Amino acid sequence: MNGTVVSTAYAVAASVTDPEMSMLTLEDLGVLREVQQDGEQVTVTITPTYSGCPAMATMRDDLVRRLTEAGFAAEVKVCLTPAWSSDWITDRGRQALREAGLSPPGPAPQRDGPVTLSLAPTRREIACPRCHSTSVELTSEFGATACKALYRCATCLEPFEHVKEI
Amino acid sequence: MVSTDSTGTPDPNAGHGSVYDGLLGDDDSHWAFGTSFEDPLAGVDTRVPDDLDAAELAGFCLALGDDALVLSHRLAQWCSNAPDLEDDIALANISLDLLGQARLLLSRAAAADPSLVPALPDGSPVPAEDALAYFREAAEFRSARIVELENGDFAQTIARLLLFAIVRLAAFERLASHADPVLAAIAAKGVNELAYHRDYAARWFVTLAQGTEESRRRLVAGLAQVWPYLSEFQGAYAVGSEAEEVLDQVLAAAALDRPAVGPLTGTGHTEALSRMLAEMQVVARAHPMGQW
Repeated sequence: MNGTVVSTAYAVAASVTDPEMSMLTLEDLGVLREVQQDGEQVTVTITPTYSGCPAMATMRDDLVRRLTEAGFAAEVKVCLTPAWSSDWITDRGRQALREAGLSPPGPAPQRDGPVTLSLAPTRREIACPRCHSTSVELTSEFGATACKALYRCATCLEPFEHVKEI
Repeated sequence: MVSTDSTGTPDPNAGHGSVYDGLLGDDDSHWAFGTSFEDPLAGVDTRVPDDLDAAELAGFCLALGDDALVLSHRLAQWCSNAPDLEDDIALANISLDLLGQARLLLSRAAAADPSLVPALPDGSPVPAEDALAYFREAAEFRSARIVELENGDFAQTIARLLLFAIVRLAAFERLASHADPVLAAIAAKGVNELAYHRDYAARWFVTLAQGTEESRRRLVAGLAQVWPYLSEFQGAYAVGSEAEEVLDQVLAAAALDRPAVGPLTGTGHTEALSRMLAEMQVVARAHPMGQW
């Protein structure tokens, strides 16, 4: 194992960004799990966010392309367990989301039994990323991508997206 | 013009190129169908544990995958037709989650028992998950009839989605500790997604039931349409009383009794599945060597 090769490859992989939320690197999103050296090639392990997220294929493609450009023969592997959680988004990633006008996720639900049904709208302690008002209303639990809910600020009236807890 | 091979089929890889070359470059990820680049289980250890029957595991994964695939397609049929934009997007999101579950489960089934995968012409680029989705007849599907039914109106769609999400979430909570680590991982991930689907359907179910006279009438009628198919679905997933408890909780909030219609008998598939597959599969089947 050549530590320099791995750390250089990791630095390249860590700088690849999410194709939809380009303010987030795959490292800050928590998708990048590991970079290993296997003989002549490096193997990057990622964990998908949502089962059907179409950005996953682009992430894999971008990883291979960027690593190839940096001189590595690269392969991308999928790791399904443990399932990705929004808790894996780093503090730096959360700050980047805020600066880009997106509301970062709160703590993911902790379950130690069956998932409880929630008939009332989900309550979240969040603030408008533009005017920082906490007077916000949920428009829909589903947004333009699998990972986001739609909100509207009741103070500045601007709509904004919130990255969902999962 | 688009390059074609000797049979007149457009060949996107022909050396002399086409007007689309500049759009695509040489990036294989642009091809959604007929490439293995997107294998959702790439690098995952898909060996079946010794104490499990591979054919049985594969058949079970195929059934779970088919249910997700068929309902995903039904929900996608709402795209641009839902009552408002937010629900259009919500149904499309749920459809996408289910499509993702279907891809993982069909891939898992194919890896556990390759004999399930329909044979395609030599050299066909179609990966196993797509061969299973697009090249099986209706009779070879393992889906439950409840997911096959036409959508009906929005109320019937919500009633079906509620029953589906309640039963599937209960099943996936159990499957998260399945002896097959691949199925267990797919289920554990699915639980988090299905929790959002179940909440969405349950909230709309109560809203429609407690809304106007017309919304309640439609919900009652929609629930009666899908109710006879519930027991077959519950049986396929072998869920226990936990699903019944959640269902009773929603019915109580909606001030509704269980419909007074018995379970449908018999087995097999609905005619609706054949029509759906005819539309879903026609292009793929016409081009078994195609890349899209």
